[in-house]
Amino acid sequence: MTSGALPSQAATLPADWRDLLALTKPRVMSLVVFSGLCGMLAAPLLPPLALGFTAILCIALGAGGCGALNQWYEAEIDAKMRRTARRPLPAGRMDRQTALHFGVGLSVFSVLLMGLATNWLAAALLAVSILFYVFVYTVWLKPRTAQNIVIGGAAGAFPPLIGWVAATGRIDTLPLLLFAIIFLWTPPHFWALSLFVRSDYAAAGIPMLPVVSGIAHTRRQIFLYSLPMAAVAVAPWPMGLTGPVYGIAAGVLSLGFVALAAAVLVNRAAEPARMAPEKRLFAYSVIYLFALFGALVADRLLAW
Amino acid sequence: MVSPEDEIIRKRQRERARIMALLLGAFVVLLFFITIAKIGINW
Repeated sequence: MTSGALPSQAATLPADWRDLLALTKPRVMSLVVFSGLCGMLAAPLLPPLALGFTAILCIALGAGGCGALNQWYEAEIDAKMRRTARRPLPAGRMDRQTALHFGVGLSVFSVLLMGLATNWLAAALLAVSILFYVFVYTVWLKPRTAQNIVIGGAAGAFPPLIGWVAATGRIDTLPLLLFAIIFLWTPPHFWALSLFVRSDYAAAGIPMLPVVSGIAHTRRQIFLYSLPMAAVAVAPWPMGLTGPVYGIAAGVLSLGFVALAAAVLVNRAAEPARMAPEKRLFAYSVIYLFALFGALVADRLLAW
Repeated sequence: MVSPEDEIIRKRQRERARIMALLLGAFVVLLFFITIAKIGINW
């Protein structure tokens, strides 16, 4: 952690609730909640509505806690990047201690409530995902290595597994494959973004792959990662874990992903303004994950 | 005479207190439904 030379005008004012909400990174949370919900709905047995709702709420609160702790730790880095400079801490609208207490409080509360409402295996997985995101990704890997996203991606891959375990109380092959899909999806998703905001990362001293290894290498890696990701995304169908609705949707969606990754591979532009293929892949990757998990749930509902 | 800064502080405190009250109320309702669901499972 770097000590605080941030604007302190807000230090005497109580934080506005909208800024507390912004600390939780609501947009990131929506994908986390959706994948967690799909993991739960894909399970062979569903919990009572109140317990299912609580499990998803806990996943959301845990993700919110992670977001707050991430922003608390990276406040000075955020201040150096255009994309993040207007967040509550770098903009000086909140003091750091509030963000720390808020993040720790949300995280602890989410784990305890998950354990009490569903089962302690789901709570343990939630705790591991939070600790992994904060300590392994944010504190250890992100400022040190270009592989930060590769290993750190595991943190974002937990929600469908947690959703499944909250419903069933056990870990099975399908949720592990869902974990693997998000794990392999994360590097091309973030590397596509980091290509067109490369100067931001360089200015903040974050060793993202395009900053450390160059643009051409990153484009190759994006394409290479999209291949095993596509294979793992389709795998549940031939393995007999899902039906053809998911299998066909996964095949078509993954083909689109690989095609867009190929367009990134052949692009030679170095200026962000000419990185349309990278921007397209980044936007598509978000839709891809929503659509893939949506197809999984549709497949389950049609099978019942 | 209340200074403009005190006014902002009180406004934010009021808003946060209101939201905290709503969240606590929702939490009580949630605990009620969790309890009912747990009783249903154990039957």
